[in-house]
Amino acid sequence: MSASNLPDAEAGPGPVDVVLTINGRTHVVRIEPRVSLLDCLRDVVDLTGTKKGCNQGACGACTVWIDKRRVLACLTLAIACEGREITTIEGLAENGHLHPMQKAFLSHDAFQCGYCTPGQIMSAVALLAEGHTGDDAEIGEWMSGNLCRCAAYPNIRAAIREVRDGVPHATR
Amino acid sequence: MMDFLTPVTWADALAVKADRPEAVPVAGGTDVMVELNFHRRRPAALLDLTRVPELAAWGRDGDVLRVGAGVSYTRLIEELGGLLPGLAAASRTVGSPQIRNRGTLGGNLGSASPAGDGHPPLLAAGAVVELASVRGTREVPVADFFTGPKRSVLAPDELIAAVLVAPADGPEQFAKIGTRNAMVIAVSSFALALHPGRRSVGTGIGSAAPTPRRAPEAEEFAAAHLPWDGPGPLDPDLARRFGELVSAAAAPIDDVRGTAAYRRHSLSVLARRTLTWAWEELCE
Ligand SMILES: Cc1cc2nc3c(=O)[nH]c(=O)nc-3n(C[C@H](O)[C@H](O)[C@H](O)COP(=O)(O)OP(=O)(O)OC[C@H]3O[C@@H](n4cnc5c(N)ncnc54)[C@H](O)[C@@H]3O)c2cc1C
Ligand code: FES
Ligand code: FES
Repeated sequence: MSASNLPDAEAGPGPVDVVLTINGRTHVVRIEPRVSLLDCLRDVVDLTGTKKGCNQGACGACTVWIDKRRVLACLTLAIACEGREITTIEGLAENGHLHPMQKAFLSHDAFQCGYCTPGQIMSAVALLAEGHTGDDAEIGEWMSGNLCRCAAYPNIRAAIREVRDGVPHATR
Repeated sequence: MMDFLTPVTWADALAVKADRPEAVPVAGGTDVMVELNFHRRRPAALLDLTRVPELAAWGRDGDVLRVGAGVSYTRLIEELGGLLPGLAAASRTVGSPQIRNRGTLGGNLGSASPAGDGHPPLLAAGAVVELASVRGTREVPVADFFTGPKRSVLAPDELIAAVLVAPADGPEQFAKIGTRNAMVIAVSSFALALHPGRRSVGTGIGSAAPTPRRAPEAEEFAAAHLPWDGPGPLDPDLARRFGELVSAAAAPIDDVRGTAAYRRHSLSVLARRTLTWAWEELCE
């Protein structure tokens, strides 16, 4: 795991002003063009809910939405997101109310250390919209870009099934 | 100073590339960003292609489909699955949903990895790559596009515009061997296209030579010996021989993902299976 204070964000000369729309709010950030959206979110905008696991597209911890599609923030240039709608885990709750998927992750204990969780949830909500939640095999296949080192997979699938079926899990 | 260049038309993109041939194009970024993140590459300029609408379009051009270099794997699956089933099947095996939402066919060609999953189906379908620069446009058969591992005929002032490929006129198959279904670089892969109308066969081998390549002898053998006249069950000996010829066309190496011997063996199995499946599909 890389710590977020690695010098990635400030590497290279020539910072420029970039206007980003994140969770409905406009941010003007001064960044170098090579900076990834992940480093920009974490180190510049101070939205640290999006996690850095591998920084190379393999773990899914940095999953965010751009124009409502799930993508990897570590493989996206922040500067290329000007004019696009960026949604992070911080933007999922509405008026202080958790998204049903966030509630389902809580009620199903769909995490242990929680490091992969923001990415899992961003992916899971997108998955519902994509409609690939027929059975556990399909859910597993379409969640394959989100790794969990704590192997919370069965509980993650249970949370997704619950939101798919619209049946809240009884609190134990 | 790293410049970030964002043309919004195809003409501008070509003009920028001519002016700054050292600029690294960025489409989905799924290959380029890994290099940037790990400081393997520090280009003087990045050329963002995601705002060029022409690259993201596909359509019919006479008898062929013209698929823009910027079309993502997700769109190849959703929009072109019926017309280009082999390419769609390969696209389904690429990375993860997040990678497929971003990764493009043009980026796959641009990286020119011997393991690129888009290449075998394009080879099998006899596709042509359209390259463009301010000097003009040229069409290069996919089989001639790759010149070595991660190398191609793309000139410094050129961009990949599109892929020209005929819609499938028979069964197409793709199979790949990796340690897990998603998120793996293929240990070996194979694509097959049957053209019952003209009684010919197309092949594409991935991850088993310095470049993706066809298996011409296997193609000729299958075209000559498949029972085109009276479709029925496939002779297992024919399928086995086809597998041997495909495997003989490869020039694999040993690496961390597999030995050369395993690659050859797995290819013969993939080739035999895909031919059997494609023939069954044809007989249905
Ligand atoms: C986790 C992970 C898993 C992956 N799994 C697979 C897999 O299973 N199979 C597979 O084949 N690949 C895989 N890849 C590699 C990658 O996703 C593909 O090669 C993809 O097609 C690259 O497309 P892109 O649009 O993201 O390319 P980019 O990264 O934007 O570009 C790739 C290269 O092509 C050049 N380029 C892009 N567009 C053009 C153009 N129009 N003209 C000229 N040059 C251009 C760029 O300059 C660069 O050199 C994986 C990558 C990751 C990170
Ligand atoms: S940090 Fe692992 S996929 Fe982006
Ligand atoms: S909960 Fe620890 S990595 Fe998933």
